Amino acid sequence: MTDRDLDRVEGLISQLLEEHPPAETPETEFWGAQYDLGLAWVWHPEGEGGLGLPRRYQTVINRRLTEAGASIDNRARNVLGIGMGAGVLAAHGTPEQKQRWLRPMFTTEEIWCQMFSEPGAGSDVAGLATMAVKDGDEWVVNGQKVWTTLAHLAKWGMLVARTDPGVPKHQGLTYFVVDMESSGVEVRPLYQITGEAEFNEVFFNDARIPDANRIDAVGAGWRVALTTLMNERVAIGGNTVPRGSGRIAEAIDAWKRYGGGDPALRDELVRLWSEVEAARLTAIRADEMADAGIPGPEGSTGKLAWADNNKAVMSFTLELMGLDGTLFPGGYELIRPTEFENRPPQHGFLRTRANSIEGGTSEVMLNILAERVLGLPGDPRVDKDLPWKEVPRG
Amino acid sequence: MAEVRVSYTPTEETTLLRNTAREFLSNRLPMATVREMMMTPDGFDRAVWEEMAELGWVGLAIPEEHGGAGYGTTELSVIFEEMGRMVTPGPFFATVGLAVPVILGLADEAQKSGLLPGIAAGEIIATVAAFEGSRDWGLENVETTATRDGDGWVLEGVKPHVLDGHLADLILVVARTDQGLAVFPVGAGADGLTVEQVDVLDPTRRQATVTLEGVRAAAPLGSGPAGDALPRALGVASALLACEQAGGAQRCLEMSTEYAKTRHQFGRPIGSFQAVKHRCAQMLVKVEHARSVAYHAVRVTEDPAEFAIAAPLAASVASESYVWAAGENIQIHGGIGFTWEHDAHLYLKRAKSSSLLLGDPRYHRRTLGDALGL
Ligand SMILES: Cc1cc2nc3c(=O)[nH]c(=O)nc-3n(C[C@H](O)[C@H](O)[C@H](O)COP(=O)(O)OP(=O)(O)OC[C@H]3O[C@@H](n4cnc5c(N)ncnc54)[C@H](O)[C@@H]3O)c2cc1C
Repeated sequence: MTDRDLDRVEGLISQLLEEHPPAETPETEFWGAQYDLGLAWVWHPEGEGGLGLPRRYQTVINRRLTEAGASIDNRARNVLGIGMGAGVLAAHGTPEQKQRWLRPMFTTEEIWCQMFSEPGAGSDVAGLATMAVKDGDEWVVNGQKVWTTLAHLAKWGMLVARTDPGVPKHQGLTYFVVDMESSGVEVRPLYQITGEAEFNEVFFNDARIPDANRIDAVGAGWRVALTTLMNERVAIGGNTVPRGSGRIAEAIDAWKRYGGGDPALRDELVRLWSEVEAARLTAIRADEMADAGIPGPEGSTGKLAWADNNKAVMSFTLELMGLDGTLFPGGYELIRPTEFENRPPQHGFLRTRANSIEGGTSEVMLNILAERVLGLPGDPRVDKDLPWKEVPRG
Repeated sequence: MAEVRVSYTPTEETTLLRNTAREFLSNRLPMATVREMMMTPDGFDRAVWEEMAELGWVGLAIPEEHGGAGYGTTELSVIFEEMGRMVTPGPFFATVGLAVPVILGLADEAQKSGLLPGIAAGEIIATVAAFEGSRDWGLENVETTATRDGDGWVLEGVKPHVLDGHLADLILVVARTDQGLAVFPVGAGADGLTVEQVDVLDPTRRQATVTLEGVRAAAPLGSGPAGDALPRALGVASALLACEQAGGAQRCLEMSTEYAKTRHQFGRPIGSFQAVKHRCAQMLVKVEHARSVAYHAVRVTEDPAEFAIAAPLAASVASESYVWAAGENIQIHGGIGFTWEHDAHLYLKRAKSSSLLLGDPRYHRRTLGDALGL
């Protein structure tokens, strides 16, 4: 809270920039140095990429680094690792696990993926069926995951597997970190409505995981999974971004090119801009409240609003474009995408459809808001107390 | 565009004000009293006004040298938010939300010393007579005229929608002079002035038609044309109103949530049906958004460029959120929500009428679009 903390952070930023001038330093080296100085996750303890300071200092760090021409692209490149994996390790990892994984995660030398969803377990992820059976110092894994973003580039995967089918579903899960290059792990591309494959299917065929790669206790997998999902939703909807950035910028560009001053279109544009700005201010306020130790409902609404706004903004952008909105520049190529920036709005229109599905569907987010924040009664649950193996599936 | 960062964290002052306001309003103006008051001819009780003045609320944002407490809109907004929760009747918005910002924004020091101490002390209820055409929120077609006459002015015109005009001791009249719009303070008893209450959608916030027939007035505020200061003062009013709207929307969410937990149908609380539960969750999102834009606006009133964006943003978002939440609140209550006996309709009426007082959401979006250069 005190200025001394800020001075310290500012001093370390200056040191980083002096010792490793962004223009001359390879990115991974720069990110490594950033980690070593505690400027990676400033709220982590010292020695784990942080300084034990409030999260808001990260905003200062990121801003100054960006201004100095340094890349903070690692967050996007290793989104599941830096956005979620780090939070999991911070909360549940052993000191050895943090030492082993955090630094190369931050430098993007090791990409991470998240293997929760299965063909039979999406929203109800606790119902998953991939099995892990203990064999000496190892676990033997069999089953299938799906929609696994970045699995084809990942070195490590966060896996939730069933270790005890005889107890109710939430109790029989354990969390592991899997070496994606080990034998018995097979990754196949899955193509999305954009024609691209950001995500994959992953098959486990007697894959082996050392017990040292287990996160938290056997049977505690659900608790760790929840940490992951919380971090995911903050990473997705809770970011404090600059005004007018993100999808709404695409709508404003289209307005300038196509709008022709039409008052009805302008009203809709400003309405959407206002929705986005209201959500943005809410994220900023939530951040501040969380820092001040007053967590409130404003922190939970971001993911939902982000999804709704993105879909509405991109749909409207195509309307602004009129007939040009019916084109798809570059065509559908059925490729693994490597470029994520500067895509045409038509691509954005399709891609944002996933925003209300990935990271928890909007229906599930509404359930969570209603039940956890407002305290409304849960849906009737037929499966809650049944041993997992007796629950009907399909 | 440079970004203006302000703090939203409650301070000692705002927390104290909120607690006091919640306690006073629930003891002195509980819903039963609100309902009684809204059925009286005046819709208000002057004794309550004196109590509010004694609590320091009326003069909260009036500078100390003019008899007030010298706080800013941030502190004042807390009272509005709390009053919004309780659909508090009376001229608090007309006086403190509308007239005081107009005086602070336009008057010279001598006029402030003349007008503000009486207001802060609770002796003078004030309002602003600005709008004429039903959709002329930009005051482009004001027809009321002010003509020079000796060392004073003569006012002629009709103002059909003056908030709490029937209670006001002081009416700030927006009139056209040969140099543009100017704002003239007029006392309630002035010759040629008639004030007649009209029947309104929201009985907790009254209106009157004010007719000016050869009413004599002294110099306008600032002794000249109002210029940009008037729209800016109306912006402050919309920001404060947005806080009131956020408070009302919050109360609708609370009512709906409470009811959804206790009302049972098909052997379950209705809040376990997703059609109901999801509506409540969506209300939560809209309420938080309304609160964010309103909190932001009242904190940047001193920064003209940012405020030109923040005020219409707050007005349009808070208006739409509140109207929507008030409607959903009735729906979630079913038949009981449609009865006179239930409080839900008070919120719907307040919400709809508030969303039209200083500009409808489209009007505010037009202003916002201009400020954004779109
Ligand atoms: C682009 C993309 C990337 C993804 N990346 C990953 C990843 O990296 N790792 C990973 O593990 N997963 C990933 N996912 C999977 C994602 O988390 C799931 O798709 C999501 O949780 C929904 O599960 P499902 O697809 O099985 O749909 P289902 O759960 O079958 O849902 C179908 C429909 O039913 C509704 N529904 C389900 N349950 C309820 C309920 N209780 N109340 C109301 N409605 C309900 C849903 O809202 C939805 O509309 C990704 C998905 C997408 C689209």
